[in-house]
Amino acid sequence: MREIQLQLSQTQKVRLQKALEHLESLSSKVNSDASVTIADSIPVNHEDGVLKGHGTADLEGEVVATLCGVVERVNKLVYVRTLRSRYKPEVGDIVIGRVIEVAQKRWRLDINYSQNAYLMLSAMNMPDGVQRRRTALDELNMRCIFEEADVICAEVRGFQQDGLHLQARSQKYGKLSTGQLITVTPYLVKRQKQHFHHLEQYGIDLIIGCNGFIWVGEHVEVRDDMVEDQVSQSDPQVLIPNKNSVSLEEQEKNYTALETRKHICRAANAVRVLSTLGFIITLEIIKGVIDLSLSMNLDIHDMLGSEFCVLVAEKEAERRSSNKKKR
Amino acid sequence: MRQIRAEIGAVSKADGSAIFEMGNTKVIAAVYGPREVQNRSQQMSDQTLVRCEYSMANFSTGDRMRKPKGGDRRSTEISLVIRQTVEACILTHLMPRSQIDIYVQVLQADGGTRSACINAATLAFADAGIPMRDLVTSCSVGYLHSTPLLDLNYVEHSAGGPDVTVGILPKLDKVTLLQMDSKLPIDILENVMQLSTEGCKAIANYIREILLENAKQLEYRRGV
Repeated sequence: MREIQLQLSQTQKVRLQKALEHLESLSSKVNSDASVTIADSIPVNHEDGVLKGHGTADLEGEVVATLCGVVERVNKLVYVRTLRSRYKPEVGDIVIGRVIEVAQKRWRLDINYSQNAYLMLSAMNMPDGVQRRRTALDELNMRCIFEEADVICAEVRGFQQDGLHLQARSQKYGKLSTGQLITVTPYLVKRQKQHFHHLEQYGIDLIIGCNGFIWVGEHVEVRDDMVEDQVSQSDPQVLIPNKNSVSLEEQEKNYTALETRKHICRAANAVRVLSTLGFIITLEIIKGVIDLSLSMNLDIHDMLGSEFCVLVAEKEAERRSSNKKKR
Repeated sequence: MRQIRAEIGAVSKADGSAIFEMGNTKVIAAVYGPREVQNRSQQMSDQTLVRCEYSMANFSTGDRMRKPKGGDRRSTEISLVIRQTVEACILTHLMPRSQIDIYVQVLQADGGTRSACINAATLAFADAGIPMRDLVTSCSVGYLHSTPLLDLNYVEHSAGGPDVTVGILPKLDKVTLLQMDSKLPIDILENVMQLSTEGCKAIANYIREILLENAKQLEYRRGV
C-alpha cells in the first residue's frame, strides 16, 4: 500500500486512520468492487457484444485486465482506468509544460507524457499581436519569446506524425511568470469546463493543467487580442535577450507585493497537502484548504506539517459526507 | 519458502516503485517511464525501449564490497536477465517512441536476489501503470541431500548444490526465465520445476493482494 509520507505522532496516526476509514465507508460500493489487478478476469456478460477498451486483453474468450485500476463500463465498452500512470492527452486539454529545447521553428516541452510535446512557432500568437507569416527573422527571435526552462500554458492540438502538438492561439495561453509550478499525479485532476481560475480575494491566478501540472501565480489581466491590432508596427529587428541587465524602472514595475506572494505560497502549499493525501484537486477544495489555514492563523510553512495534514483529511471526510447527505 | 513482504511507493519521485523482501533479502525497485527517449538513435518507432540496471549496495553483503573498476560482470548479466524477463511480459507496442527505465538495487543480500529483483520489478511496473500481459514472479529452488528446497538463502546456497532460478507468468502458465548453476540430474528437474512453479504462484497471489489493496485505497482517497 502506498503509505502517506509524513512523520505522525501516535494520536495523529489514529486521527488520520479514522478519517481515512470514514472516507472509505463513504466511497461508493460499486467502485471498490470494480478494482482489478493485472491478469484478473473482468466479469462481463458475454451475450451482449462487448467492446474491449484500454487496459483489457482477450485471453481464451475471457476479458482480462492488463492494468491495475478500476473497471469502467460505458454501454458496451469495458475498460480499465488506471490510477498512477502518466498523463494521457486528449484534444482540447489545457496543459502546462516546461520548455526543454528550442528547435527549428518549434519548442519542445515536457508535459509528463510518454513523449515530449511540440509547440510550433506557427501555432502561437506573435507578441505584437499581428497575424502574419512567420519569417526567418521570427525563427531567429524564437529565444526572445520562450527560452529553456520557461513554463508555458497551452492547449492540446492533436497527434501529428512526429508526436503531440500543442497550440497557444489565445492571450490566456503563453508564458507564465511570477508564480509556482506544482506537479501532482494526473489522476488527481478531473477534466472540467474551466481550468483557469482567478481568486479575487487573494489576487492570484490558479491554472489546473490536465497533465497534473498546477500553476499558482500573480494575477495577469488578459487583454483581448482582437481589440488592439493597430499597435506600433515597428520594423522587426533581431532582438538579443538581455535577461541580466534589467533596468531599475522595469524591476520596480515587476515588483510583486508581499501579500500577493504570501497568498501564492499559501495556495501552493494547499495544493501540496492535497497531493500528499491523494485527494482530488478542484477549485472548491483548494479554497476550503486555504480558508482553513487562514482561519487557524497558521504560518505558511506550518501548512506542510503533519497536524495540518490530519486536519485537512478530517475536513475532507466531513465535506464528502455532507455532500452525500445532500444528494 | 521464506516470509515475503512487499511495499509499494517507496520512491516518491519515480513513476512506480516497490520494496520486496524474501526472508532477509531486501530489494528496492524504481521504474521511470514511459518517457522521452534520451538517446535518439535507439528510439524504436513501434515499441518502447526497456533499460534495466541492477546494482548491489556496498553494505548489502556481510563484508563491505568494493565495486570492481571495469564494471561488475555479474551485475551486467543480471541486468540483462531482468530486462529480458520483464520485456517479455510488458506490452511494449502500446507505448511507441518512448523509454522505460528500471533501476533495481539490493539493500540486503541473503540468497535469491535475482528472484526478489524480478518480483520487485513486477510490483513497480504495476504501480507505474504500465500495461502487462501478466505478473512475472520468480523463485529459486535448490537440491540438497536428495530433497528439493524452495527459496534458498545464502547458507544453503553456499553448500554447493544446484541453484535453479525460475520466472513464470502464473496465469498464462508460461516460463520466462530459467537459469541454473552447477549440475542437476535430469530426472530430478521435473520435480524441481514443479516445486518452483508452486512457489511462484504463491508469490503471485500475495502480490495480487497487495496491488488490489493499493488500487482500492488510492481510489477511495481520491473520491469523485
